[in-house]
Amino acid sequence: MVSESPGADPEQPERQINVGRRVFLGFTVLGALGVAFGNSAQNFLGSAFGSGLGGLLPGGDRFRIYSITGSYPKISRKKYRLVVSGLVDRPTTLTMDDLEAMPKTTFTKNFQCVTGWRVPDVPWEGVKLADILKHVGVQPGAVAVSFDSYDHADTESLTLDQAQLPDVIVAYSMLGAPVTTEHGGPVRLYVAPMFGYKSLKWLSGIRVVDRVEPGFWEQNGYPTNGWLDGTTGATNPDPGLT
Amino acid sequence: MTITHAPVKALRLLRFDRVQRGAHWANATLFFILIFTAIPLYFGSFFGVVLPRHLIEQIHLWTGLSLALPVIISLVGPWGTTMRQDVRRFNYWTRAEIRWLRTFGKSKLEADKYNPGQKLNAIFIGVSILVMLVTGSMLQWFRYFPVSYRSGATFVHDIFAWAIFIAVVGHIVMALTHREALRSIFKGWVSESWAGRHAGRWLKEVRLGEVKLDRTPKG
Repeated sequence: MVSESPGADPEQPERQINVGRRVFLGFTVLGALGVAFGNSAQNFLGSAFGSGLGGLLPGGDRFRIYSITGSYPKISRKKYRLVVSGLVDRPTTLTMDDLEAMPKTTFTKNFQCVTGWRVPDVPWEGVKLADILKHVGVQPGAVAVSFDSYDHADTESLTLDQAQLPDVIVAYSMLGAPVTTEHGGPVRLYVAPMFGYKSLKWLSGIRVVDRVEPGFWEQNGYPTNGWLDGTTGATNPDPGLT
Repeated sequence: MTITHAPVKALRLLRFDRVQRGAHWANATLFFILIFTAIPLYFGSFFGVVLPRHLIEQIHLWTGLSLALPVIISLVGPWGTTMRQDVRRFNYWTRAEIRWLRTFGKSKLEADKYNPGQKLNAIFIGVSILVMLVTGSMLQWFRYFPVSYRSGATFVHDIFAWAIFIAVVGHIVMALTHREALRSIFKGWVSESWAGRHAGRWLKEVRLGEVKLDRTPKG
């Protein structure tokens, strides 16, 4: 009845508690929960408070800028040229003015990287790749479209069907402003229904070809058909290719 | 008969043995490389300034993969006695220590070899190594995980990175403002009077002969 409370007797050594182990396990559990539910938590926060909050949170809603070469090719809007060639009726070189004069497509869609990060609700603006292809006239025998970059390293490819999807665009504006150099400006590709590596930056050339030429990332092991699993809300027109 | 050891007032206590100092500096070096390579990877606009991104990625990856080595190597084996003892100290807390942490150091405490803040820092760094290693590996070998787990791993890796950064900055500020404690991570020893002020319980243990005492410190 006397010595119930620990530490009451100053002569007794105080009871030792496994605090370290509990803190260690606690953080481990938090980490595991974060891996399992961090995605949903971010989605919830984004939808509950708008994407503005995500920008303030560490980790959420931010672009990680990748480049293969380690530098950005800087091209002024004035000097920018997009060469459209290959199996087309009218090989063409387009300027910024030419692109901006073509029918404009605007939508808001997520940017999802294959490694996991995502930026929700990015406003995009540009010209449908389908419109450009129509403009130059695709010849019979064409199967795929290959893309080149001003970084002289990245390449990409889409099948002709994929290239004609309504949310595959040659973008000259994103996030409400002209595409910046680090985001691949002045002109980049944006392939909404696929992972970010398909959205080639610093687009320099569009070649209509008779076979799929795997691009830089595909040669490094990424799937040629980089379909998302529905997370951007873009429709996947051919689930069989996933 | 000759006097075999120094006068009591100049007594030096071994706070960190060679293995611990080695592990600390190896660990610190790895963390620094990771933080410095993380900055351009996280804030894209910095990159390309010093090294190409691919190289920075590789340095970050391999440094990260070796992150647990100093702790593991210093813990296992016959050389790890003090290290293992200290990990036990990190684990076991008294109620007074918990109270001290809750009151941000305002309550009275006869501290162990490490005060509760130091213990918490050590545990946090330890668990961070595990969490960063696991989530980092998920990002590197993402193909084996569903996209939502990749996103979750990115989320956790980022948040822990910020927490680690804050902890490391705090650790350095504390070290620079506590010169004698700082010296002990270079030279190993602290004075008895320092121990009396900052680690009273440990000093008692040392006096009772429960802990090894360095009577012949170098420098």
